[in-house]
Amino acid sequence: MYYAEAIRDGMRQAMKADERVYLLGEDVAQMGGIYGVTKGLVDEFGKKRVKNTPLSEIGIIGEAMGASIAGLRPIAELQFSDFITSAFSILVDVVAPYRFRMGTKTPFILRAPIGGGLHIGPYHSKCPEAWFFHVPGLKIVMPSTPADAKGLLQSSIDDDDPVLYFEHKKLYYELKEDVPEGIHRVPLGKALVRHEGNDVTIVTYSAMVHLALKAAQELEKEKISVEVLDLRSLVPLDEEALLNSVSKTHRVVFLHEAPIRGGVGAELESIVCEKIFHELKAPPKRVAAKMTPVPVAPNLEDFYLPSLQDVKNAIHSLFQ
Amino acid sequence: MSYDALQEVYDAQLLKKMYYYIVLTRSLENKISYICHSQNSKSPMIIGKGYLSTGQEAISVGACLALEDGDWLAPSHRDIGGMMVRGLTLEQIFLQYFCRVTSPTAGRDGNVHLGDTSKHILSFISHMGSIIAAGLGVAAAIQYREEKNVVLACFGDGASSQGVIHESMNYASVFKMPMVFVVNNNRYAISTSTKNQMAIENIAERAAGYGMPGVVVDGNHVTEVYQAVKKAVEAARAGNGPSLIECKTMRMCGHGTHDPANYVPKQELEEWKQKDPMTWFQNELLQSQVMKSDDIKSIQDQIDHEIEEAIEKARLAPVPQGEDLLRER
Ligand SMILES: Cc1ncc(C[n+]2csc(CCOP(=O)(O)OP(=O)(O)O)c2C)c(N)n1
Repeated sequence: MYYAEAIRDGMRQAMKADERVYLLGEDVAQMGGIYGVTKGLVDEFGKKRVKNTPLSEIGIIGEAMGASIAGLRPIAELQFSDFITSAFSILVDVVAPYRFRMGTKTPFILRAPIGGGLHIGPYHSKCPEAWFFHVPGLKIVMPSTPADAKGLLQSSIDDDDPVLYFEHKKLYYELKEDVPEGIHRVPLGKALVRHEGNDVTIVTYSAMVHLALKAAQELEKEKISVEVLDLRSLVPLDEEALLNSVSKTHRVVFLHEAPIRGGVGAELESIVCEKIFHELKAPPKRVAAKMTPVPVAPNLEDFYLPSLQDVKNAIHSLFQ
Repeated sequence: MSYDALQEVYDAQLLKKMYYYIVLTRSLENKISYICHSQNSKSPMIIGKGYLSTGQEAISVGACLALEDGDWLAPSHRDIGGMMVRGLTLEQIFLQYFCRVTSPTAGRDGNVHLGDTSKHILSFISHMGSIIAAGLGVAAAIQYREEKNVVLACFGDGASSQGVIHESMNYASVFKMPMVFVVNNNRYAISTSTKNQMAIENIAERAAGYGMPGVVVDGNHVTEVYQAVKKAVEAARAGNGPSLIECKTMRMCGHGTHDPANYVPKQELEEWKQKDPMTWFQNELLQSQVMKSDDIKSIQDQIDHEIEEAIEKARLAPVPQGEDLLRER
């Protein structure tokens, strides 16, 4: 099953099992959304449960939140994660602090495609997780494989907090694997070692997991044993897995597709330095995108995005 | 309209200009569509998709022809025609689509995500209508310096559902800003029809809520669009504040060149085909003898030639290299 199909299957299973679950977003019904992730669900569940909305991110996120307070379990879709900004206040001021202030839970999911590599530029390629990583009250899920995408989706639906579920659009129809049938759960906050190693850990998530795995493979030839830790969710964060892995390898590279300044890597690096500085044999490194908007021209975007060479260079630098 | 009637309201030069830009837009976009569908996907000329205004060219062209040189445009993604009226060249447009170093965005952005400050065209922003908020500032600066220019702010029916559009119209009205809001109601926002976008028939009705005049015009009649915008522009220039003009039309293409638009009923397309703005205007011009069929042919030939020339030039322009990303602009 492709990544996109796994997400769809996750939604389908949840909708079959739980009447409270419904979908909303721009063009999600007949068209199945921009990337066809919800395709066919309207035929199966009808327009009440697969609901097209006006062009209104405020309306979409507002409805999802309100419906969740009133007892439903909405899954809202944005066409691109870039468009969350049109409803920033709803998410950051209304949704995020609600449980803290009111003791009232707002269990809904906001699904949105992230990421570059398709040459569609500054407004259709962002990785915006760091903006929300900074906001108390929001969970952030970043699946890297089809099976995880399905399993993490169900756990997000089960969760009592609002979850930002960021899908990497480049994975939608590139990545295929067997996915467990029926309801499948992968817990939030449990990182996974995707590749075991002893010399250095790459801590990453979402599509960058695959770049890290490629680097691990290539560096094996140079007798550098790389561990790849897939965080799967940023909030909750599996700090234990992070610290365990780095305590084992004593070297660490933080890899993400979002721009480097103030990125999630900066926080992870702080955690490692504050808690297990004495374990490190070399200063930690971050590999991330350049500090510019995401460009369109292929050469520019290739230069912008973290590359295999960037990851290898970063790792080599830890052994000098 | 008879020759006399057309001539009474407009001079022949203006009519020919209207026609030229409508045909130019149609031909340019046909070419973009053709390239998108025929190019080698491994080494494409156009990076990404084409976003066209097929079937609604008369709106952007008619509205922008009602502006003067010093006026400003805050465009939507269906305003390439109006941008050309304001001086954006075919070469610039192909450079932008090909993502070359010398494009208006230096290859950093693509297709219709462009503007040209030197020609008083703000850049379209993906978030639909968001640039109109900055249009408020241009209007404020015009007021500040007591100048006589006007800002034309364009958006779609889908965008009209967004807060930024409502806030901008209210804001402009409170300050009696020299602005004209033009909404192109092309019946669809991607797959969402206006029936599902709003509970009213005419977006122009909302003008009352902002305390500004609102009118509905046939967006496929370039003369009607021109006339309505001209009147609003003159009012704005005279210090009487903004207005809202809704131009009814139909998106006669997919949302982008990748979109077969299967969600649009065939019959709806058929109906609107009969109202094609280019064909209608051509017939008007022929019937009223403002132009002869020879003129029509020579305009088309000239445009085809201009397009080929622009493509050739753009094709030779350098592609950006990685390091160009960090160059300051
Ligand atoms: C804030 C935001 N949400 C969603 C989108 C995705 N999107 C791109 S165009 C479009 C429809 C726009 O409809 P309309 O304003 O009527 O313009 P049209 O494309 O019909 O000319 C949508 C939903 C977007 N660009 N920005």
